[in-house]
Amino acid sequence: MQDGARDEAEAGHETDGSGGDVDDRDERSGLTRRALIAGAAAAAGGAITAGATRGLVQEAPDPTKVPGARPVTVGSRSPHETPEKLLSGSMGGSSRTPLQDLHGIMTPADLHFERHHHGIPQIDPASYRLLIHGMVDRPTLFTLEDLKRFPQVSKLLFIECSGNGGGAYAPSPSPQHTPQSVDGLLSTSEWTGVALSTLFEEVGAHADATWFLAEGSDAAVMGRSIPMEKAWDDAMIAYAQNGEAIRPEQGYPARVFLPGWEGNASVKWIRRIELSDRPAMFRDETSKYTDPLPDGTSRQFSFVMDAKSIITYPTYPQRLPGPGFVEISGYAWTGRGLIERVEVSTDGGDSWHDAVLQEPVLPKCTTRFRHGWEWDGGPAHLLSRATDETGYTQPVRQQVLDARGPGTRYHSNAIRGWRVARDGSIEFAPV
Amino acid sequence: MSRANGVSRWLAMAALVPALAACGPGDSAGGAEAGNAAPGAAAVAPSDPGNGTTQRAGAAEPVYGFGTPATASQIAAWDIDIGPDGAGLPPGQGTVAEGLEVWERHRCVLCHGPTGREGPNDLLTGRIPGDEFPFANDRSLRSTVGNYWPYATTLFDYTRRAMPFDLPGTMTDEEVYAVVGAMLYFNDLLPADAVVDSAVVVDTRMPARDRFVPDNRTGGPTIR
Repeated sequence: MQDGARDEAEAGHETDGSGGDVDDRDERSGLTRRALIAGAAAAAGGAITAGATRGLVQEAPDPTKVPGARPVTVGSRSPHETPEKLLSGSMGGSSRTPLQDLHGIMTPADLHFERHHHGIPQIDPASYRLLIHGMVDRPTLFTLEDLKRFPQVSKLLFIECSGNGGGAYAPSPSPQHTPQSVDGLLSTSEWTGVALSTLFEEVGAHADATWFLAEGSDAAVMGRSIPMEKAWDDAMIAYAQNGEAIRPEQGYPARVFLPGWEGNASVKWIRRIELSDRPAMFRDETSKYTDPLPDGTSRQFSFVMDAKSIITYPTYPQRLPGPGFVEISGYAWTGRGLIERVEVSTDGGDSWHDAVLQEPVLPKCTTRFRHGWEWDGGPAHLLSRATDETGYTQPVRQQVLDARGPGTRYHSNAIRGWRVARDGSIEFAPV
Repeated sequence: MSRANGVSRWLAMAALVPALAACGPGDSAGGAEAGNAAPGAAAVAPSDPGNGTTQRAGAAEPVYGFGTPATASQIAAWDIDIGPDGAGLPPGQGTVAEGLEVWERHRCVLCHGPTGREGPNDLLTGRIPGDEFPFANDRSLRSTVGNYWPYATTLFDYTRRAMPFDLPGTMTDEEVYAVVGAMLYFNDLLPADAVVDSAVVVDTRMPARDRFVPDNRTGGPTIR
């Protein structure tokens, strides 16, 4: 029943018009749906013995009365499912994951958000090399095949751009934000590769190396400086994502992956790693990705993504069809380890209820939370707040304003919310 | 917040960061760990989070023997980063006057305007009276080279590797010195007749040089 209710709510997208986000094409009308089914059957070579016709509308054939399609070498989504990333940035520098269209915690690789700083390079895996040098005994070039010969590590991990959620921190956030437009620079995958500690063992890292410099082979030769402890802890060179080779826009053929840390530091298309005794003070760790503070300083190397959550259903531009059961659902995540608790409020924070944390609950990974709610048809204000295993609880916006001031632009993690009106319409309304 | 001078404070910070990273659990639930330890692997457990007090070194001999030794020339071809101490700055020099020509010739003007303050893309020019740093409290302020970038070495590094936008990494070292000079001149950090070389890039005192502090977020109940 609830799935049916959700379908109806999502079908309401088109009537809400703006938002410009997603999903206003596949459910446009029953006619479109039927035509697609008929087309698919025709493409599969099935006899179109279409069922009854009403006027010009051709009913879909009874799938139990026509032969089904044959296997294909590469699968594709149902033609009825057309989730899309949302492009943003004046230089075409990012795309956002359609969080509201996803279930569970995994992000399909072709819907993984993108943020790059000078386009997606084309790299031939046969000529790919990773250079590790600097404060090491044995400067070494690794081919892609070399990297794949080392013992593997593989983990389910989120990655989030530290600029994610900036739209929620603005003085007057747009009520037309969707989960995708406000927090879509967040994705979760199984990342597979070789532990950086394995490679640093191999090349004989010097004990007095305290930082490593990572550079990509994109047109910006994007660089970041990373404390060595992260390499000895859980950093990896990843070459696979969700079971297949990393997509070009995610760093093909290999990238740095720093679990729980701001996405920018997980340098894609990794070409060179230099061990050093100080950071390089790259552009993206000085001019960008630093956080001004009210005392006239700016926080630098603010790597860890603190606890955060967002309800992804029900949200703008969906419309609740009527009073009754609604399963509120969303993501929670923290770069510091495990999500310990997610609370949901339906009255703007006057009262809070523990949400169910859906398995698996993994460190530095998104956790799906759910909370059953009986909507009485009155105004409601839905909020979620996450608490991680360090005891850190997602703050309200005023707490962040007090700590950092209005001018900071990264690490926006204050509580997100959605206001439900009597007519079932929903607006973005963080607190 | 104390503002220690020099690069040395980053040595101390390197010890601070892992204390934050180590707040997470180990790798227990995340998936398969590295396989069996290979012969000769160091005794330290691969997933042991650094605690910031002990430094760790790699193995004395190759553990697996994969990869190929990198030659000095192979390293030199890719080793392009410029440190805040000037390490990596190439020989050569340029003048502000030449830099203004480079600014036009390489079409810097199209994205950054005639003097770096007109846009439409990143603002590069602008000082704040008294070189104050009120970015946190004034959301309308835009950061520039003159009011926010702490090191001129970063300006050389980024310009050489990533600019001009449509032909990245194609300027000569002399052109980069010159156009860095032009940007510092736009920000009243060099005179119009300046000659820019490695010493000038290292010695130019950027107004925001001492504004940057290590991350003090640690998890736990305090919002920072």
